[in-house]
Amino acid sequence: MMDRTYQESELERTVLSPLRQTSPQFWLAMAVLGAVFLWGAVMLVRQWILGLGVTGLNRPVYWGIYLANFVFFIGISHAGTLISAILRVTQAEWRRPITRIAEAITFFALILGLLQIWIDMGRPERVFYPLIYGRFQSPFLWDFTCIGVYLLSSTLYLYLPMIPDLARMRDHMTDAPAWRRRLYTLLALGWHGSHEQHRRLEKAISIMAILIIPIAVSVHTVVSWIFGMTMQPMWHSTIMGPYFVVGAIFSGIAMLFIFMTIIRRAWHLEKWIGPKQYNYLGILLLVMSAFWAYFTLSEYLTTGYGSIIHEQEVLHAKLSEEYAPWFWAMLICNFVIPFAILVWRKGRTPTGTFIAALAIAVGMWIERFTIVAPSLTRPSLGFEKVLYAPTITEVAITAGSVAFFAILFLLFFKIFPAISVWEVEEGEAIEVVHRQAEALARQKAILTGS
Amino acid sequence: MTRWGMVIDLDKCFACQSCTAACRMENNTPVAGPDQAERERTILWNEVLPFEEGEYPNVTLTFIPRPCQHCDNPPCVKVCPVQATYIDEEGIVLVDYNRCIGCRFCTVACPYQVRYFNWYAPEWPEELKEHLNPDPEVAPRPKGVVEKCTFCVQRRRKAREQAEAEGRPFNPTDFIPACVQTCTGKARYFGDLDDPNSLVAKLAKSPRAFRLQEEMGTEPKVYYLKQG
Repeated sequence: MMDRTYQESELERTVLSPLRQTSPQFWLAMAVLGAVFLWGAVMLVRQWILGLGVTGLNRPVYWGIYLANFVFFIGISHAGTLISAILRVTQAEWRRPITRIAEAITFFALILGLLQIWIDMGRPERVFYPLIYGRFQSPFLWDFTCIGVYLLSSTLYLYLPMIPDLARMRDHMTDAPAWRRRLYTLLALGWHGSHEQHRRLEKAISIMAILIIPIAVSVHTVVSWIFGMTMQPMWHSTIMGPYFVVGAIFSGIAMLFIFMTIIRRAWHLEKWIGPKQYNYLGILLLVMSAFWAYFTLSEYLTTGYGSIIHEQEVLHAKLSEEYAPWFWAMLICNFVIPFAILVWRKGRTPTGTFIAALAIAVGMWIERFTIVAPSLTRPSLGFEKVLYAPTITEVAITAGSVAFFAILFLLFFKIFPAISVWEVEEGEAIEVVHRQAEALARQKAILTGS
Repeated sequence: MTRWGMVIDLDKCFACQSCTAACRMENNTPVAGPDQAERERTILWNEVLPFEEGEYPNVTLTFIPRPCQHCDNPPCVKVCPVQATYIDEEGIVLVDYNRCIGCRFCTVACPYQVRYFNWYAPEWPEELKEHLNPDPEVAPRPKGVVEKCTFCVQRRRKAREQAEAEGRPFNPTDFIPACVQTCTGKARYFGDLDDPNSLVAKLAKSPRAFRLQEEMGTEPKVYYLKQG
């Protein structure tokens, strides 16, 4: 029942205000993104009608940008759920205002990732064949399975901590359109905030937080095995699994920075997403950058020091031939720029981290691309090297995918709150109790004269 | 059980590419056209690959005709997510065009690049259209699926049917693929590798015999006899 004397807190008012009114800037952003999305969609339909010949793919470069996009999107899906889960398990209090944004990135990135595989298929109408005829000897099936499980569990993991907030909106957003009120009521599952409900919810969330960590690791490992399990030069390497997982977490945190900075600005959440989040998460990003550089060095030095002919050819393609601009841009974007910014306390500000995160997002996409394409351009049997140049179709579909991702993300946060209100309130309450306890301890110390 | 295999004598091969042409007529592989050929999209199930060794003026050029190697341990079959590509009971690696989803995992897994993808719907110039092989088993493949050399399985089927009609048992010497039949230098041999008395089995044991990229562990059933 609605309580008419209810007073909204500042947090609740701020968080819910973008759900109540829409600024012209939002519609402008939507229009621009929508146009890009439409461009990609038209090119995709054209590709379906004519065939994959409209791409720049050839023999033997059978995989190109779509596969790079696939790995990239599945990679950034680690933003969320994994980071939010690790921070939850380790009880990092500063996580509270950013977990929902992180979890939403995961959810939509997974959908976009799966979409890329569909886009890449020569027979898109047979998309369900792996369900009917699937054979588990194929790494593709490992992917479908792991990504499917991850999608299910991260949906649950996004949903569970949202239940108390959904109940709050059911009760207080009486001015919302009827369909949205019905949606909130349905999704709130009759939550009324009793002690028993809280106990059960906390238990479910902590189980999911732990479960989701190995699932997330498995996802990017099997994504890498699509490449690692073939005998192509510089794909057939044991480092692929861990390298992909590290890169995934790395690009995931960068994506979290980008989206949380945008949402923070547009939704006016500066009071809750502040220096603490930028500093701590910035340190985490710095550490991941170092990890990524270490893995890259291990892989390239080992290959370069040896003298296996086919691997050398691919290595040279990356270091000094046609892929060299990509390779060195990747190193600058993923290591030089982030390190130069994030190593300083003054660099770990919203602006500093945003620049570093943009560089990493670009750098990690290039990383995926320089893993997918160069190996195929240097086949081991009797070919001159073959070039691969993406066409406008591939560029349009990629741009459309990114736009689609942003549209889904922004629309989601027009319907659901960007900050987990009840969790932040809980955090504030914990802090108050903490301070009181400290004061008490001090008093006690004075009284006993120690 | 028959285990079909091929032997190609590089001493006898002079790279005339009639095998490539015969294969194309027998198996209805589409015409890519100059524009698509430039973009490395020709479909030649039986390509003759040039290998250049050394530097000017000491250069040797070797030509290796390369059909599907019909591996006993085929990497393409391993990675196919829907069992669209499979190895039949007589060791021939085939593609089910009605099953293939066009993911091209097999094409990147094959270390010999023998697998081809239909980038567009297949096309032929008018003059060639009337000369298409009418056999339904080699009906033109639709766009978006993978195709490759089959050792001319349609000829095997026909030979079996004929043997049955004549009321005699099928003999492995009853059929040869189009490339073997047409080979100008008589460089190609085809038959049952499991029959120790067959010519291919004997040639495969020759000291000159080698297989492509044997170190991959793919166990190809196409043997080559070294030049010189």
